[in-house]
Amino acid sequence: MKYDAIVIGGGHNGLVNAAYLARAGKKVLVLERRERVGGAAVTEEVFPGFKFSVFSYVVSLLRPEIIRDLDLPGHGLHILPLESTITPLPNGDYLGQWGDHDQNRRELYRHSPRDAEAYDDYGREMHFMAKAVQPILGMVPPDPTSLAPSDLLGLLRLSRHFRNLGREQFHALYKLMTMSSADFLDEWFENDALKATKSASGIIGTFLGPRSPGTAYVLLHHYMGEIDGVFRAWGFAKGGTGAVSEAIAAAARRFGAQIRTGASVASVSVKGNRATGVVLEHGEEIEAGVVVSGIDPRQTFINLVGEKHLPDDFTAAIKRYKFRGSSGKVNLALSELPDFTCLPGVGPHLRGAISISPSLDYVERAYDDAKYGAFSRRPYMDVVIPSMIDPGMAPPGKHVMSCFVQYAPFDVQGGWDDRKREAFGDAVVDTLAEFAPNLKRAILHRQVLTPADIERVTGLSEGNIFQGELALHQLFFLRPAASFAKYRTPLRGLYQCGAGTHPGGGIMGASGRLAAVEILKDGA
Amino acid sequence: MLKETPFHPRTAPLCVSHAWRRWAGYVVASSYELSHEREYHAIRSSAALLDVTPLYKYLISGPDAARLLDRVVTRDVMKTRVGQVLYTTWCDAHGKVVDDGTVSRLDERLFRMTAADPNLRWLHENAVGLDVKIEDVSARTAALALQGPSSRAILERATGADLSGLKYFRVTRANLGGIPVTISRTGYTGDLGYEVWLDAGQALPVWDALIEAGTPYGITPTGILALDVARIEAGLMLLEVDYFSAHHALIERQKSSPFELNLGWTVNLEKGPYVGKRALAEEAARGPAWRFVGLEVEWESLAGLYAEVGLAPRLPAVAWRASVPVYSGSAQVGYATSGCWSPLLKKYLALAHLEGAHGAAGTSLEMEVTVEHHRKRARARVVKTPFFDPERKRA
Repeated sequence: MKYDAIVIGGGHNGLVNAAYLARAGKKVLVLERRERVGGAAVTEEVFPGFKFSVFSYVVSLLRPEIIRDLDLPGHGLHILPLESTITPLPNGDYLGQWGDHDQNRRELYRHSPRDAEAYDDYGREMHFMAKAVQPILGMVPPDPTSLAPSDLLGLLRLSRHFRNLGREQFHALYKLMTMSSADFLDEWFENDALKATKSASGIIGTFLGPRSPGTAYVLLHHYMGEIDGVFRAWGFAKGGTGAVSEAIAAAARRFGAQIRTGASVASVSVKGNRATGVVLEHGEEIEAGVVVSGIDPRQTFINLVGEKHLPDDFTAAIKRYKFRGSSGKVNLALSELPDFTCLPGVGPHLRGAISISPSLDYVERAYDDAKYGAFSRRPYMDVVIPSMIDPGMAPPGKHVMSCFVQYAPFDVQGGWDDRKREAFGDAVVDTLAEFAPNLKRAILHRQVLTPADIERVTGLSEGNIFQGELALHQLFFLRPAASFAKYRTPLRGLYQCGAGTHPGGGIMGASGRLAAVEILKDGA
Repeated sequence: MLKETPFHPRTAPLCVSHAWRRWAGYVVASSYELSHEREYHAIRSSAALLDVTPLYKYLISGPDAARLLDRVVTRDVMKTRVGQVLYTTWCDAHGKVVDDGTVSRLDERLFRMTAADPNLRWLHENAVGLDVKIEDVSARTAALALQGPSSRAILERATGADLSGLKYFRVTRANLGGIPVTISRTGYTGDLGYEVWLDAGQALPVWDALIEAGTPYGITPTGILALDVARIEAGLMLLEVDYFSAHHALIERQKSSPFELNLGWTVNLEKGPYVGKRALAEEAARGPAWRFVGLEVEWESLAGLYAEVGLAPRLPAVAWRASVPVYSGSAQVGYATSGCWSPLLKKYLALAHLEGAHGAAGTSLEMEVTVEHHRKRARARVVKTPFFDPERKRA
C-alpha cells in the first residue's frame, strides 16, 4: 500500500502536519514509536489515579488558525486559564503577578511604585513589538540571501511589518534581539524578583543565563500570546497536554489520516536523490510519495537518512546545530496542597504558576552550576499544580504538581545515572520545601526526569525540549540550517515539520502547519 | 429595597468583585471573582454552583392539577409521568409566547412550575372551574443549580444516593446534608447539571454541604455573567432579552410564537384544547414568519475589519444583550439579540431572529459590528443550535 505522505513521529507538530495534508485530500500515515501519540505533549497516569503532563505542561501560542482549521474544540480541546504567577521571596514575602489589572498594579506598588507604573508602559511597548514580530510565526522564513521571487516577496512582507514600528520601537526591537534579558529588564524595572521572574521566560530551553546576550527577545513570546487575545494562546489544557495531542489526532483521523502507534521507523528509504518511504524496526517497508519528519534534525538526518545520502556541508551544519538540553522535570503526586510560608493556606495563587526566581543573581547562579557541568543546586523552577485548575488530574482532594527545572545539563559531569537523578530530584524538593515546608510529607510519588530521560523516552536529542536551542543563530532562516529552513531538505520528497524548523518550540503547531503548506505547494 | 436570597450570608462574603445585579427583585452575584472567566470554565470543566432562587416557582396541586397545566402550556402534561420534567412554553390566545419554563410532576396530583416572570394571575385565570390549588412558593423555595461535568459526582457524595438512574429532565427526592430536597436534572447551561430545590429556611446547611462535598472536585460559586455565556453556547433564550412576553408587548411585532423562537417542538397539536392551540395550528400549517437561529461570526472576516484600523479583533469579555442588525446583501433580514465569544469553542456566537427564508442552516449573512466607533459588517453563518452539545448532558 502506497501513501501520499508518511509522517515520522506523532508529536503535536507531526499530527498537525498530517491533519492538514489529510484535509487537502492526501492519503497520510503517521508512524509513532511509542504506544501513545503526543511526543512531548502527553498525559500519563504515572502513579495510580494521578495524571501528569509528563513533559510539556502548558499550551503556549497554539496558533489560532490551527484551532479553527482543525476545529480542535470540536475534538475535545478545552484550554483553561492560567492567570497568575507568584514568586516566593527568601524574606518570607512574595511577588505576585495577577490577571486583574488593578490587583496586579497594587501588588507591584507594594514592592516598587516605580515598577507598578513602568509595568503598563512596558506592556504597551512589548505589545507593539510583538505585533511586528508575531506574523513571523505564521510565515515560511524567506532566505535573505536568495533572489527567488518567493523569498523577495517574503522579505517584502516582513519589512512591511517592521515599517509599522515607530523609530523608537524599532530601536527597542533591535535591542531586544541582541541584549540579555537581564540588561533589557534593567532598563525598565528596579525590583529584582520581578526582573528575575520575567527573565526566566528568556532562558527556558536554552543553555544560557539571564545575563547572556540574545535571551531578551523570548520575552516577546508572552506578549505574542496576548495579541492572540480571546484565543488564549497560553493556558492549561484540560486533561493535560496529552489532550492537545489527542484532539489534533482526532482531527487528523476525521480528515482520513491513519495513525499507527508502536511503529518505530528504522530508516528513511532513499533512491537516488529522493526519499521513497520508510523501513520500520521490524523490517516492514512502507512507500510514500513524500516523507515528512516530525522528529528533530539530528534524529532525522544522521540517524534515519544517513550521511551517505546527504551533502557534506549540510551534514556538517546539522552536526553543528545545538541541542544542549538544559532542563529537567519533576512531577509530584501529593496527598495535600503545598502550604507556602509567604501565602499560607489554599488560595488563588495555587491556581497559577509558582516561580522560583527570587533574584537575577539566583537564576544566574543556577546557570553558573550548569556552565561547569553540574545541575543547579538551587535551580530556577516554574511550578504549576494542574489539579487546582483541572481537579480531574488527581483523585478528589489529592494533587499533582509539575516542576519545570532549569538547569540540568544533558552533559552533566560523569553522565546521568540513577544516583545523580535522585540527587537532582532532592535538590528540587529541598529548594521548594524552603518555601513550602509541608511539601516533603505530602509527596506520595516522585518522578524525576533528566535531559537524558527526556531523550530516552521522547527521542528529543540531548533532551532539548525545543528540538534544538531557541538561540538567535538557530532561528528563522537558519533553523535548522541555512538554505533548508523552508521545511525542505537536500532530498526530494523529504520534509521536516518539527520544532527543529521555524518557528520552533512550545505547543504552537506552526511548524507542522507551515510544512504542510509547503508540501502541498510542491504538489505532493 | 432589593431582596436577598436565603443564600446571601454565604454568597456575600464570596463576592469579592462586589459585582451584584438584580434578578426578579433579588440581588445576586454577577461574578464572585474579579473576572467571571474561571466561573465560566467551571461550568464546562468541573462544577459551578449558582444561586437561582429568584426564579418564580409555583406549586400546583389537587385532582385537576394536571388538567390546569395542560390547559396552559403547549406540551402534553396529561401524559407526564411522576418524576418527569417538561421544558415548555405557554402562550396567549393568539399563540404568542407568554413565558417559558419547566413543569415538574412531583406526584400524581402535585406539580412545580418555574417561570421567568410572575404567572400566578395567568394560572388563576385559566383555573376557572377546576379543582386545583395554586401556590406561589417563590419566596419559600430556595434553589441552587449545580452545573458541569463533576456535578453528578458531587451530588452523589453530598446525598449518598446513586444518581446515575436520574435521566435528563427527571426529578427525584433526596436527602442532602440531612435536609429533604428535590433534585432535577435540569439547568440553563446545556451541560450535565442539576437543580436542587429546598425549603428556604434550610438554605445554608444545603449550601455548606454542597461546598464541602464539592471542594475536592473544584466546585466554584458562579454568577450570572458566566451563566450568560454558557446559555448562549447552549442556544437557550432569555425572556426580556431574546424575546418579549406577549403580556408585556406594546405592539404586535414585539410578540413571538413558539415556532418563531425555534420552539416548535414544544407545541403539541395532538392534545386536547389549550390556550392558543387554534392559532398555533394555523401557524404550523402556513409556517412561521421568523426563525430564531444561531449565528457564527466568521473570524477571518472580523479580523479583516479590525486589521483595517491596525488592531487585533476585540470582543467583549462578557456576553452582550442588545439588538444588532443582520443583513443579507443590502437588506436587513433580522437582528441578533444575544452574543458572546465562546472561550471553549473559540468562536464568536450570536442568537438571532431572521425572516423565515434566511433561517436555513448554512446561510451566509452579515452581522453588524462596531469597529473603532464605525459600523461595519462581518460575515456570519447560520448554524444549528445548540452550538455546544456534549454527550454528558444526556448520558
